[in-house]
Amino acid sequence: MRGRPNAALVIGGALVGLVVLAALTSFVWTPHDPTYVDAAGKLREPGDGYLLGADKFGRDTLSQLMVGARTTLYVGIVAVGVAALIGTPLGVVAGMAPRSQGWLSELIMRLNDLVFAFPALLLAVMLAAVYGAGTLTAMAAIGVATVPAFARVARAATMQVMVTDYILAARAAGRRRTAIAVRHVLPNIGSVLIVQASVSFAIAILAEAALSFLGFGTRPPTPSWGRMLQESQELLFSTPRLALWPGLAVALAVLGFNLLGDGLRDHLDPRLRRVRAEG
Amino acid sequence: MTLYLLKRMAVLVASTAVAGVAVFAFMAVLPGDPAEIALGVNATPEAVARLRAQFGTDRPPAAQFLDWFGGLAQGDFGTSYVTSSPVGPQIADRLGVTGVLVLGGMAIALLIAVPAGTFAAVHHRNALGAAISAASQAGIAVPAFLAGILLVFVFAVRAQALPSGGYVPVAEDPVEWLRSLLLPWLSLGLVQGAVLTRYVRSSVLDVMREDYLRTARAKGRGSMGALWRHGLRNASIPVVTVLGLQLATLLVGAVVVERVFVVPGLGDLLLNGVAGRDLLLVQGVVMVLVVAVLLINFVVDVCYAALDPRLRGSR
Repeated sequence: MRGRPNAALVIGGALVGLVVLAALTSFVWTPHDPTYVDAAGKLREPGDGYLLGADKFGRDTLSQLMVGARTTLYVGIVAVGVAALIGTPLGVVAGMAPRSQGWLSELIMRLNDLVFAFPALLLAVMLAAVYGAGTLTAMAAIGVATVPAFARVARAATMQVMVTDYILAARAAGRRRTAIAVRHVLPNIGSVLIVQASVSFAIAILAEAALSFLGFGTRPPTPSWGRMLQESQELLFSTPRLALWPGLAVALAVLGFNLLGDGLRDHLDPRLRRVRAEG
Repeated sequence: MTLYLLKRMAVLVASTAVAGVAVFAFMAVLPGDPAEIALGVNATPEAVARLRAQFGTDRPPAAQFLDWFGGLAQGDFGTSYVTSSPVGPQIADRLGVTGVLVLGGMAIALLIAVPAGTFAAVHHRNALGAAISAASQAGIAVPAFLAGILLVFVFAVRAQALPSGGYVPVAEDPVEWLRSLLLPWLSLGLVQGAVLTRYVRSSVLDVMREDYLRTARAKGRGSMGALWRHGLRNASIPVVTVLGLQLATLLVGAVVVERVFVVPGLGDLLLNGVAGRDLLLVQGVVMVLVVAVLLINFVVDVCYAALDPRLRGSR
């Protein structure tokens, strides 16, 4: 271990753990069927087996939140995974390109800038216009839009690694470039990528919530926090708690992943810790 | 600087062209023939062919693209296959609303972030600074539309001081216009302000460690005076970059916030276009938003180069 975990890491880890726990639990148990429409239990008040009450269709809010956590994590994992799988190799290639291949690095980064001009929301709207809205289009849009973040970070980290003595030694020993990339570069930029994944996850949750809110995310009846918020809006005057719980869920999940990212950064980078210790 | 500017402009033009190809190619794979959709299932093949010729969708894709893209350069966005009305004027109508929304949100974000971030940096060792950092961390976790819903709850439901939605044109009633935009502005501004506060804080913190600031203090300036005279200008350089990125984020945030508050801006137009499967409209709005982002990046890069001459050579 590299010393005591910091507060951000602990709090962030706990919040993320809570979301993961809720999602995993929802596979085997929820208080009620989250999609069961119960006309008699319309807008049921909290209590009596319904801890957080029910919505205008009588669906149990807590159960919906739990399955919503699953939706959120599912979209986030696939989107961030896709982005990391595409963005990291691009960034490493751009970062490793010798001066004679500067055009390659330049081309990758320019393309990157271009993709960067298409925010996840616009991509999702375009995909929805062509293929119809759904979980898959949301994941694809968020994933593609997140690629530039990984490519940039991977390139910057690779460039730092490339000037170290151990890379020089590997090159002097006649190691091939792919071998250097896999054996020496990737392990050494891993911590940076993990931090980026955590931060990107937070952004993906925000994007998923916004897409579901607009009706471009996971389709009903599968519960999602964004759509719960959208449905709650018309009832804000009479039943504000319907907005409170999914809103809190989104905010805490995003806060959790952001703190986890910050905490990991400080934890994994001893230099930063020293700077902090100096004040 | 002139050379840098020319190079950067060439990149801007090339990016816009590639973005145009991307948007067009993307939308061109849309299943279904606009002419068939417009005429319905009982149309005769002749009528479909006639309408297709009228739309121009019987030509090869490359010709259609050049026609569309060439039109864009002259402000002609084509005529909707669905509503038969020209797309350009619709976009022009909405552009102003979204522009005002985004700029107002940015102004609020800056008004919050510059003082709060500087204060948090100066007091980074005590509880007040930590409290500001914590508050900004919490603010970042709230999406703009959620902030909107919360603001509606506080100001429209509870206090009943502001409208929960809707939009009044400024020419109709300036006071109501302001009241209708206040909550949308705040939803965008509070969240972006939280994000920006972190950057201002770390930027000012970096500057505070610089030797020239110590020199300024050693010359007898108070620490606030030194920061004011020598620090903030230097601290502003990284903040300008973030500001540009944030404008782009705000543009997208505005799409969602417009939906929350029923403000008739570009986002509202875009979502209506998707709902109505209005291809040219969606294409047009997406293109306007993407070009806006590219333009913002261009302006940021140029500002950056103007503020810090060292950066001109590196790109």
